[in-house]
Amino acid sequence: MLEGLLALLVFQLIGEGFAHLLHLPIPGPVLGLLGLFAVLRARPHWIERLRPTAEMLHGHLALLFVPAGVGVVMFLPRLRAEWLPIVVALLVSTSVGLVVTAWVAHRLAPEPASQPEDES
Amino acid sequence: MTVLPIRDDIFRLWVYLSASPLFALSATLGAYLLALALARRLNNHPLVNPVAITIMLLATGISLVGEDYQRYFEGAQFVHFLLGPATVAFAVPMAAMWSRMRRIRLALAVGLIGGGAAGAASAVLTAWALGASHETLLALIPKSVTTPIAMGITEQIGGPPSLTAVFCILTGVVGAVAGPSLLDNFGVHRPAVRGFALGTAAHGIGTARAFQEHPEAGAFAGLALGIHGLVAAMLIPLIVALWLKLV
Repeated sequence: MLEGLLALLVFQLIGEGFAHLLHLPIPGPVLGLLGLFAVLRARPHWIERLRPTAEMLHGHLALLFVPAGVGVVMFLPRLRAEWLPIVVALLVSTSVGLVVTAWVAHRLAPEPASQPEDES
Repeated sequence: MTVLPIRDDIFRLWVYLSASPLFALSATLGAYLLALALARRLNNHPLVNPVAITIMLLATGISLVGEDYQRYFEGAQFVHFLLGPATVAFAVPMAAMWSRMRRIRLALAVGLIGGGAAGAASAVLTAWALGASHETLLALIPKSVTTPIAMGITEQIGGPPSLTAVFCILTGVVGAVAGPSLLDNFGVHRPAVRGFALGTAAHGIGTARAFQEHPEAGAFAGLALGIHGLVAAMLIPLIVALWLKLV
């Protein structure tokens, strides 16, 4: 668990470093994600060693959004002033994005072969 | 006469506790566990979204006790910090899924580009048509992208990042609440595709919902969230810069 956390932190650190040094418009954690992904493709046996940490973080992913989400209280005046465009835009665009993604992928994807190695 | 010193003590204790992260952290974890228990009791129905409930509980609680958000966030930032490692950790399900998704890789890629573009464009168009301000429009563009990346994108294009964070959370909640029945209506039942769409349109909160449905849906949602974040972080600043140059 701890070595997993260390690996994640180190990759984030490398990502932040690169983003900062090269003035990239991509956030550090995303570069860290890319780096770790490349390493895991080259060394697949690391996947199992990192899995417990990743599953722990993703199992409570919802919790991690809470502190930023409570910030909604700071924007109540703006939300009140522009509630109609905001509410409509969020409802319409989220549904459109979801349905387009699902429908296109659903249409283009070949039927699943009769349950391949089902181990996730 | 004797009441005053006690109230004074309580006040001082309150000042002390609210200055340390203890209060914000316990409140955050407590509200989250309460919301989870409620969601579980109602069989994880999409309408009972744990993130939305936790945020409402905390926002109400904070305004009731007169705490301000900055102080709350100073304490709760330890939870917020974990978003970074959690983003990096999406490499794990992505790498694990990569070979399994070989057959549907192209379908998912086309879906993601189409859905991501359609989502961002429809957000800006509807909000613009209904008279939203320039700042609100900019903050809306990356709202389907995972919060930490979206905030970075908004900063790049000159919008207010904290407003984007709010739009991201609201988008995530809308996707997680309305998504499952929308997908049912369109006859999309395959966990991989359902998860992928939830991750594309509703990032981490959609992913949390996908994990509630099926582990495979969750993994594909994480994959979609990661790729969408990457693609959006590279394309949105470019497209916005081009657009602003044209008009």
